[in-house]
Amino acid sequence: MKSDRGDIELAGVCKSFDGITNVVDGVNLRIADGAYCCFIGPSGCGKTTILRMIAGHEDPTSGEIVIGGQNVVGLAPVQRRTAMMFQSYALFPHLTVRENIAFALRVRGQSKADRLRAADAMIDKVRLTQFADRLPAQLSGGQQQRVALARAAITEPRVLLLDEPLSALDEQLRVQMRQELRRMQQELGITFIHVTHTQLEAIALADLVVVMEQGKIKQAGAARDVYAHPHDRYVAEFMGGQNVLSGRVEKVNGASFTLSQAAPDGIEVPLQARATVSIGDIVDIAVRRDDVALVRPGRDLPPGCTTSLPSRVLAIEYQGYFVKVMLDTVPDDEFVAYVPEKTFFADPFTVGDVVMATWATGSALPLA
Amino acid sequence: MSAVLAEMPETATPATTKAIAPSKGGRPWTFYVLATLFAFYVIALYGPMFCIYVLSFQDIRGGLVFPMKGYSLHWFVDLFTQVRTGDVKGSFDRSIKLAVIVTIITVVVSFLAGLGFRRRFRGDTFVFYMMIGSLVAPGLVLGLGTGLLFQAFGLNASWYTSALGAQLSWTLPFGVLVMFAVMSRFNHAWEEAAYDLGASRWQSIRLVMIPVLAPGLVAVALFGFTLSYDEFARSLQTAGSLNTLPLEIWSMTLNVTSPSLYALGTVTTVVSFVVIGASLGSIVLIQKKRGSRAKG
Repeated sequence: MKSDRGDIELAGVCKSFDGITNVVDGVNLRIADGAYCCFIGPSGCGKTTILRMIAGHEDPTSGEIVIGGQNVVGLAPVQRRTAMMFQSYALFPHLTVRENIAFALRVRGQSKADRLRAADAMIDKVRLTQFADRLPAQLSGGQQQRVALARAAITEPRVLLLDEPLSALDEQLRVQMRQELRRMQQELGITFIHVTHTQLEAIALADLVVVMEQGKIKQAGAARDVYAHPHDRYVAEFMGGQNVLSGRVEKVNGASFTLSQAAPDGIEVPLQARATVSIGDIVDIAVRRDDVALVRPGRDLPPGCTTSLPSRVLAIEYQGYFVKVMLDTVPDDEFVAYVPEKTFFADPFTVGDVVMATWATGSALPLA
Repeated sequence: MSAVLAEMPETATPATTKAIAPSKGGRPWTFYVLATLFAFYVIALYGPMFCIYVLSFQDIRGGLVFPMKGYSLHWFVDLFTQVRTGDVKGSFDRSIKLAVIVTIITVVVSFLAGLGFRRRFRGDTFVFYMMIGSLVAPGLVLGLGTGLLFQAFGLNASWYTSALGAQLSWTLPFGVLVMFAVMSRFNHAWEEAAYDLGASRWQSIRLVMIPVLAPGLVAVALFGFTLSYDEFARSLQTAGSLNTLPLEIWSMTLNVTSPSLYALGTVTTVVSFVVIGASLGSIVLIQKKRGSRAKG
């Protein structure tokens, strides 16, 4: 029955702390063996609770958690062969790096010589050899994270669970340690589940991105899928990089439909996956910010663009390789164009200019 | 810059700079006022004790008041050999034993209470106030009550039963309060991490909680010991026929008229200092041991 596979299946998992509201509400998910999976959502969305339930620090109120074909509900973390890396690491302050890493072997009753040898091998792997005799308080944030990783990895888990592992680090180190996590995951070849509230972190690392809201999964898929093809307004807005517009369907013609808007001709939207749209429906659509082009009124639209919305420039932010132009295109929502730096400065706009916001018809995405 | 300042009219420089900023010559006058005040404070604090210590080193002609009559250890010898001064050795013995028992019980119970209060539970506030409530009761009254209770149950009062109980009513609430302060800085993720790494409940207490909390536990022990060692009010009605040291000192003040009394004061002070020194020393040692291991 024992298996080395670290594939995980969550089936109808619910968790309620007070018996009234579900913090995690009927989650179904399959995570492949050896995948890097990121749970992302705002605080209080239940992502950490799911992590703790997989880790065995919390029991689900109902539902099954299956790891490697075995239902693990009720088992201790060691029996599940999971290991957790805690937020802010929870390194034992009275033990040296070596003793911290050897802790799991010590409580298993391994002899001192054996466990210190194993710990030293692991210390080597995370490149901390010269710090082996230091106390956690004498290490930098990045070094502490490596100790935490090594301490968890020495138990040879099938699944490693990381609770906001990068939140305690400063910006520069975060990017660096992010790569290190990915490297360790590939080296160990085990499933990583990583909880974060940073979109960039999730899409940079994960094979599988799981977007959550109020205890439910809103979308789960490959990073590019979730970023470029959000299912609904929530995911589009949460993952960022998209403008979300909403309007009433005016006419449906074959492969596309037209959304009534301030624009004289409405917005033409390809039908794509959204099979049924009828006239009169209120529909959300998403347009990527880097797909939006800005032209001066009266000029010709770029080829393939049928929609153009008159807008006033509200603010301009220089971001280096692109320029962020904020527009009043939609009355109540943000509408932003990411214009490549060179394009923008060929004919720069200033705040208050009137421009036409346009995009290739095919790049508008209807949302659920 | 100084040129600019020099040109400025007199009124522009704030008056306060005179008192606070260290001028060329030395310290502001407020320093001398406060230093004098502090000197008086120190004299008031240690002067009385110092008189006792000095007078205890007189020779055989010594009396209870200044001036000093010779120098010797006569009264210390007298203290432990003369029967008329009272049972100093026996009471000292009892006080130390009692303090050790009280210390052990206080540390164990406070630690367990700290464990119990890691998480909130129904009625925890009530339980907490019940635990520390007895601190507000006057010691003399509490001792009297303990004595009465023992009498009502037909039990003999003695230093290791009724006095022990009465002293615990004083040291336990203190120990619990100190322990809570110590526990508030304990990160519960450490415990969870231990469990995650396969430690049993007992292993996580033994290998993580106790070592991390060790300095705090020493502090609780120190509290327990010193509170018990010089406890008077609660022991007065509960010690039974054999006195503890503070009771013995008190009875000596009533009938001993020699510097033996002062010698006793000196000895007990030395014992207190030794205990405090040992406790603080062990905390330093724990930290040093960690530090040296860390340096490898």
